[in-house]
Amino acid sequence: MGRGRGCRCPIYFNFTMAKIDKNYFDIGYMDTLACQQTSIHRLDPRAKLITTLVFITTVVSFGKYEISALIPFFVYPVFLCTLGNVPPVYLLKKLILVSPFAVMIGIFNPFIDREILVKLGDMGLSGGWISFASIIIRFVLTVGAALILIAVTGFYSVCAALEKLGTPRVFVVQLMFLYRYLFVLVDEASRLVRARSLRALGDGGAGIKTYGSLVGHLLLRTIDRAQRIYLAMCCRGFDGKIRIMKPLKFGPLEIGFIGGWSAYFIILRFYNIPAALGGAITELFR
Amino acid sequence: MHMADALISPAVGGTMWAASAGIIGYCSKKVRDDTDDQKIPLMAVVGAFIFAAQMINFTIPGTGSSGHIGGGMILAILLGPYAAFLTMASVLAIQALFFADGGLLALGCNIFNLGFFPCFIAYPLIYKNVIGNSPGQKRLFAAAAISAVVALQLGAFSVVVQTVISGVSALPFGAFVLVMQPIHLAIGLVEGLATTAVVAFVWKARPDILNAATDPALLGSPSPRKLLIGLLAATVAVGGILSWFASANPDGLEWAIFMTAGTKDPAAPQQGVHAAMDKVQQKTALLPDYGLKSEDAGPPPKDPNSGTVVDTGKTVAGLVGGTLTLLMAGLIGFILKRRKKSTGA
Repeated sequence: MGRGRGCRCPIYFNFTMAKIDKNYFDIGYMDTLACQQTSIHRLDPRAKLITTLVFITTVVSFGKYEISALIPFFVYPVFLCTLGNVPPVYLLKKLILVSPFAVMIGIFNPFIDREILVKLGDMGLSGGWISFASIIIRFVLTVGAALILIAVTGFYSVCAALEKLGTPRVFVVQLMFLYRYLFVLVDEASRLVRARSLRALGDGGAGIKTYGSLVGHLLLRTIDRAQRIYLAMCCRGFDGKIRIMKPLKFGPLEIGFIGGWSAYFIILRFYNIPAALGGAITELFR
Repeated sequence: MHMADALISPAVGGTMWAASAGIIGYCSKKVRDDTDDQKIPLMAVVGAFIFAAQMINFTIPGTGSSGHIGGGMILAILLGPYAAFLTMASVLAIQALFFADGGLLALGCNIFNLGFFPCFIAYPLIYKNVIGNSPGQKRLFAAAAISAVVALQLGAFSVVVQTVISGVSALPFGAFVLVMQPIHLAIGLVEGLATTAVVAFVWKARPDILNAATDPALLGSPSPRKLLIGLLAATVAVGGILSWFASANPDGLEWAIFMTAGTKDPAAPQQGVHAAMDKVQQKTALLPDYGLKSEDAGPPPKDPNSGTVVDTGKTVAGLVGGTLTLLMAGLIGFILKRRKKSTGA
């Protein structure tokens, strides 16, 4: 990376590059996590996919001022992270790193919705702050669940599950290919960017003309590559189907996993356990 | 402008999922019927190209900032609408799963907002018409720029509609539109510029690629309008019905509970024997009173001291209960970890 002193160093460039490089490196780490052998990893991917979808749907179905009833939902990601050996700090970093649309839109709530909804002693808390907090909790739960799903299942297995559950094969095969070539092309693009920034000293050469030819060349190479890949695949007997070594099997364990967790989520949807618990305890000290 | 799970209601998420899944099914059939296997690796590699191209920035003329390509329009131009829609859907799925952009439930919204409008509105209605039968460089510029702008405007408007119907954000429709549309006009212009630059380069270097992409023999009939208008109408109808439930009641599920239980939450006394009894009742009742909060009745009342304001005692109870549950969730994780270590798993 062009980090030369004394020249007009493309600091901004280095910064964004480093960020993106880091992001893609992280994708590789997700694959490493997905290759582990734990009881969660061994579950059929369909069970994890369906349970995660039930989880997300239940979480977002709460009213916009709900906070306490959402808390018990953290049990599911904690369970998966612990048994599936996913480092929680890494997940949190990933959640914070993405600049979420949710936070940008949610931050308007406190300014618009100023009715006092909760009183804590003399302090009044407006509905806007409560719904903002609710949005953040939802964001952590739903996005966290999606990331954990990949970390304990792996992308190809999720794709296999999608196909088994009825997603058109053309789409699934294409999705797997895309993921496979993501790394190759990102490497190529980062080499291009590095080469340009090393030759351009600062901002020079980042104009639209250079851009067009840079990205255009990348595209042409990409298309040629697709052609080569296709020919190579045909030579190896590609018939429009990608086969996965790990056979899928849906047993009692999977049924229990889906049934147990779904029942837990539905109970939580109807009973606010934290509020009942807190009520009982504060009653004791009254 | 990725829509996020945290901002949508299940009704909106489900409707958009149904719409996007329908279009994915339709496009898959089209791609399978109309083209050979060769198109699949091409779609996938061009999809990966979109990720890679997002790493390359350019200086936006007249400003100090930099921009990069978004993807929808260039995919449509290179691959044709059906294949482009599938590719965009996969790009968004990977972004949702790995980069935490949006979420799984919002994926339906995102695929629709960022895939449908460029592929099935901007591409056939604008790009195709502007570029005509004898595309020159100027026409190409105009076509790519205008269609990119229009696609992003429609996508941004769709985000606003989905957010407002969901009702999680307090932003009113008018204000939100006034914020989103101009921002996305700027983004659309940058996108148009980037798309044009790349397409112009390909046009000069390898015109055959662009010709092949628009060749009807490769893509099937370029008129998906009938089916898509039907699909759009169905979406609007389903969405309209669901959102009617969603606006009259906080959501379908709570509405269902209310109808099933047939009661509304009574104003419970806060202290003494009544409170204790109330607590017992809350624990045993099917429907504790917080199941249907005051928000369900509509806008919060103007008077901050009115009955819907939750008193301190109840707030403390909520905080204590919430914190305890959070601790318990952590404890479960801790115990599981200990057990795993002791069993050597």
